[in-house]
Amino acid sequence: MPSVKPTPEEFASNAIAALGDSALQHALAELPKGLAAKRERAKAALPEFEALRRVGRNIKDHVLDNLDLYLEAFENNALAAGSHVHWASTAQEACDIIGNICRETGARLVTKGKSMVSEEIGLLADLEASGFNVVETDLGEYIVQLRKEMPSHVMAPAIHVRPSDIEATFRHHHRELEPGRNISTPEALVSEARTVLRDKFIGADVGITGANFLIAETGSAILVTNEGNGDLTQSLPKVHIVLTSIEKVVPTLEDGWALLRILARSASGQEIATYTTITTGPKRPADPDGPEACHIVLLDNGRSELLRSEYRDVLRCIRCGACMNFCPVYGAIGGHAYGSVYSGPIGAVLTPALVGLSAAANLPQASTFCGKCEDVCPVEIPLVGLMRRWREKAFDQDTSWRNRAALRVWAALAKRPALYRTAARSMVAILAVLGRSKGHLEHLPFASAWTRNRDFPAPQGQTFQAQWARQRGGGKR
Amino acid sequence: MTEGQSKKTRVGLFVTCLVDLMRPSVGFAAVRLLEAAGCDVAVPGAQTCCGQPGYNSGDTASARALAKRTIAAFEDFDFIVVPSGSCAAMLKRHYAELLADDEEAQLQVRSFSERVHELLSFLVNVCAITSVPGTYEGRVTYHDGCSGLRELGIKMEARKLLESVPGLELVEMADCEVCCGFGGLFSVKFPELSAAIAAKKTACIDAVGPDLVLAGELGCLMNIAGKLSRDDSGTGCRHVAEVLAGEMDAPPICWPGKQP
Repeated sequence: MPSVKPTPEEFASNAIAALGDSALQHALAELPKGLAAKRERAKAALPEFEALRRVGRNIKDHVLDNLDLYLEAFENNALAAGSHVHWASTAQEACDIIGNICRETGARLVTKGKSMVSEEIGLLADLEASGFNVVETDLGEYIVQLRKEMPSHVMAPAIHVRPSDIEATFRHHHRELEPGRNISTPEALVSEARTVLRDKFIGADVGITGANFLIAETGSAILVTNEGNGDLTQSLPKVHIVLTSIEKVVPTLEDGWALLRILARSASGQEIATYTTITTGPKRPADPDGPEACHIVLLDNGRSELLRSEYRDVLRCIRCGACMNFCPVYGAIGGHAYGSVYSGPIGAVLTPALVGLSAAANLPQASTFCGKCEDVCPVEIPLVGLMRRWREKAFDQDTSWRNRAALRVWAALAKRPALYRTAARSMVAILAVLGRSKGHLEHLPFASAWTRNRDFPAPQGQTFQAQWARQRGGGKR
Repeated sequence: MTEGQSKKTRVGLFVTCLVDLMRPSVGFAAVRLLEAAGCDVAVPGAQTCCGQPGYNSGDTASARALAKRTIAAFEDFDFIVVPSGSCAAMLKRHYAELLADDEEAQLQVRSFSERVHELLSFLVNVCAITSVPGTYEGRVTYHDGCSGLRELGIKMEARKLLESVPGLELVEMADCEVCCGFGGLFSVKFPELSAAIAAKKTACIDAVGPDLVLAGELGCLMNIAGKLSRDDSGTGCRHVAEVLAGEMDAPPICWPGKQP
């Protein structure tokens, strides 16, 4: 397990390493048969699925058009329900707010449900540095925490890990358990995690969860999980902290419900997640249980700026992970190679906005533009078009003269048809001679990137234009 | 193109640079198919590249300049037909985006986009042909190029036409709609990644064991054929137009001599 976290700058070498990682390749081979296939079946079973995508898109677009209004309404209603609302404009501010709440609570043990926003702000490391004992309660996140890795998928954080490797991780960390125990099956692994986590749930002073949606009209947070860990994380400790980002707000419960229908189907092919919990404030006097205090931390971290930018559509994302499950690039290398909390097509668009284009310029390049991500996105984010916009920006800022020069030569030729035809004729003639005997070239010095792994076809010998001109007496201009 | 006397549909063939440079037989196959469908085909000499390499690399200015040139070169035709889904999508959909801020060009772009068709889609949906000149004794499988499939919605057109070829048996492979990993310049920017994705495609091909892999996109075919050839597979690759037109004198992509 790598102790140094991969970065987006090293995407190309990360990708090569990922291709050679047999354990990872073994895990990734399951993806098309697993999450992707389940989504296809769920879609097929719901005739209005495509229509629902449009509904989802419209809800999110409406929210983004009126974000200030709905955030204000959310805040007012959340306060009325007894929650505390905190606004964090940066990652560090959010970490500080949460650290302070934990400190004021006198917390030692903190449980935490799955939250991509927490990954984005580096919350775990921050709280641990402040001396808190933080335990991830989502099984995938727990595994990743023990392995000191980043999640490799927004929905399935440990999708890169094989069950046999989970067993090794558990044996290494759960030293207090009987060494001779049998945990060779997924069921046994889940059961062991459950046993270990149960004590943490009960002993935790603060529970931190994310939110899939915030409901403006009621001041509630909706959280979906398949393990029920979110419910134990938020209802057992004295203090519950909801950490989420500002674009998660929707106007009404009905809107939340419409989005939940496509979220579960897109993410895992479920009609609805196993647990869907609506939280509105802390425990009320008549409630049998629940936290004494509920804090909601709303993170901006560049989103207001995104909202005003040409990348605004990316804020529609509901973090289902479908774009990853269907992406040929993600499917070949997994999430870690992206070197970002958000990987796959959505990560390729979001990461440059979060960490800056110069650090993440590789990610929008790392796509074949096959368009499958847009096709499956439940809120119709134009991911290819957004990646292309990053490429435009990168091209404008690109200081590498080689990239620019190659494209400039191409453009200069393509804009001069006569010159283009002459250049094309000579290039084609040379390649055709070189590849004549076999019909292909196995080594091309100036295109070794291609010929390292594939043969390059020999051209047929003359350009179409030259032959056409001879046969039909010249192409008319 | 003969002026005045012909009432035939006037088609301008946008050859595409890959066909022009690498595999002119695809261009001649397209001409044969279009002429068999009753069209009057011309090939404007002022065409070069559709602009995709620049557009997808962020060089919008070059792509925009090429878009304007291409539109001007094809002013006189009833239809512009392209033997490539991605180049057709570039002409049909992306030129309008590229020139969206150019008010002067707006009318021209709209009329141009409406007249652009990918070859198979044109033959089936505009010409409504039900038979083709080609015959082929053998098993073929078809790879759906991403742009043609997802940007232009071309799917059944290829099947319909292939089913009309006497002797031909079409066997569908698994994941025929999944990307082959070509992605234009992606294939040389991230060559290992591109080849790894291509390997998944060739595994699907090998599983059905066809004589030929066909597609409507020469970029995909060069990638797939390059991988099959490196692996010494016995499967050939051709542009679907070659089989439909019976334009089979050239050997398959990456192959020496003639066959199959």
